[in-house]
Amino acid sequence: MVRRRERPAESSMVIYLPIAEMSVNLFLLLGLGGAVGFLSGIFGIGGGFLMTPLLIFIGIPPPVAVGSEATQILASSSSGVLAHMRRGNVDLRMGMVLVAGGFVGSGCGVWLFKLLRQGGQIDVVISLCYVVFLGTVGMIMLVESLGAWFRRRTRPGTFTKRHRHLWLHGLPFKIRFHRSRLYISALTPLALGFFVGVLASIMGVGGGFLMVPAMIYLLGMPTAVVVGTSLLQVAFVTAVTTYLHAVNNYTVDVVLALALIVGGVIGAQLGSNAGARLRGEQLRILLALLVLGMCVKLGHDLIATPNDLYSLATGGHP
Amino acid sequence: MRRRGGCLAPAMVVAIGIAAAPARGDGLVADLSEHLIAITTAFVGTDVVLFGTSDGGADIVITVVGPRGNEIVRRKGQIAGIWVNRESLEFARVPSYYAVASSAPLDQIAGPDVLVRHELGVEHLRLEPVDASGLEQSEIDAFRAALVRNKQRQDLYTSAVPPVNFIGPRLFRTTLSFPANVAPGIYQVQVFEVEDGYVKDAQRSALVISKVGLEADLFDFAQQQAPLYGLLAIVMAVSLGWLAGVIFRRG
Repeated sequence: MVRRRERPAESSMVIYLPIAEMSVNLFLLLGLGGAVGFLSGIFGIGGGFLMTPLLIFIGIPPPVAVGSEATQILASSSSGVLAHMRRGNVDLRMGMVLVAGGFVGSGCGVWLFKLLRQGGQIDVVISLCYVVFLGTVGMIMLVESLGAWFRRRTRPGTFTKRHRHLWLHGLPFKIRFHRSRLYISALTPLALGFFVGVLASIMGVGGGFLMVPAMIYLLGMPTAVVVGTSLLQVAFVTAVTTYLHAVNNYTVDVVLALALIVGGVIGAQLGSNAGARLRGEQLRILLALLVLGMCVKLGHDLIATPNDLYSLATGGHP
Repeated sequence: MRRRGGCLAPAMVVAIGIAAAPARGDGLVADLSEHLIAITTAFVGTDVVLFGTSDGGADIVITVVGPRGNEIVRRKGQIAGIWVNRESLEFARVPSYYAVASSAPLDQIAGPDVLVRHELGVEHLRLEPVDASGLEQSEIDAFRAALVRNKQRQDLYTSAVPPVNFIGPRLFRTTLSFPANVAPGIYQVQVFEVEDGYVKDAQRSALVISKVGLEADLFDFAQQQAPLYGLLAIVMAVSLGWLAGVIFRRG
């Protein structure tokens, strides 16, 4: 007779992830999904750049964390884009150009991911990308939110000029984007979509944290359509990323994704309710510190001498 | 590392294979308490009891060897202050799992040649590099030791050899532990009767570990029908996202 370790209280909470091939506490996953979803709801961020490193911290193999997180972002962004479409806040033509670039970028990213994984370098590349982006985004958020906090006491908000004439505006293949009231080269959004697509597939993020500022400052889109249009791009690109990771790397764990989606949906709902009642700047300062803290942790892990210099090739089945 | 301080259920079914008794005397007879371990949703590892009888007087060594496959061992080196995987060495036919139990310390019951021939003890496992050209023996040894060390850290190789206990002069018993991260496949269980430094008798049986239920189906599905699995993952995510929107818009 096989004697299962009978621990009713715990064994009912432990869930076996079939692709990650490990057992994880279900409430830990729901809690992570809920906590990140809560922050997403408050700040209107996707949360992939928080979730993927957290999954790696709890021991999910990085390739599985990236592949499964793409699936979760697909759920949250498709929920968001549907709401924005009903309100007419989506520039479909701009979205399609971004998606086209994103598809190519995602394909290149997944291909690169596969190469790096075969060479044993994917874990370090994922961590490095995170250190760079968490560090940059965290610093920008910290400076900006500290600035806003002090500015609010002294003088009213300053306005930045929307249309600046950069060299970008001299590029060919100009297209009229009616909804955004823009007449610009299609090359700029194509390149932006491509870049975010590469990041999405390597880092397991939606890329909204890069996309939104780039759409406002680089493309000069009106803020009203920025969020909806970026969500459209994120939804399509994460769908493609999910598919390509599933086919090329076998790293999409639907059980993991499902637990994160359920936790995330509830958390986001609570978060957006709470966000309406909370003070913005202090929370943004806290979020910036959280992001910088994760950056420091990942950076430390890259330079600290490992306990064992040797490791076995992890995850996946060739 | 996983540590499961599980309590053993008091009830144990003693299943001793009687049919396999050889003609000369009673000989070595052993059987497992279970020949199939199912990896289910709540799988946190399990124990299997091995029981048997021998003629008495001899030592008993038990090995369990999991399905074999190639393993790549990588070594990190620093590039610009960052630890990056540099050198790697691939080993052929590495057991995914290896456990050994013995009624006495292995080096006291048989010489190295016998231990190597029957792969008794992690240090005597046959772990050969696929291509070791240009590598010094000390390097290969370092990679080999690292392979064993990493497997031990995952509880997949025996760290300290557990005892085979005798209950009376002839009846013996040991407990084999399988952690939650065991690979599915066919496991070879071998029982050796060692006397005066030689293997007097040996018996082999198989233990099957397989994923069952939804986990198994999902894993096979993801591997064998990856395009469809990917599409269904997309459908699941989008419909859940849409559903969440519907629920919370009303609520």
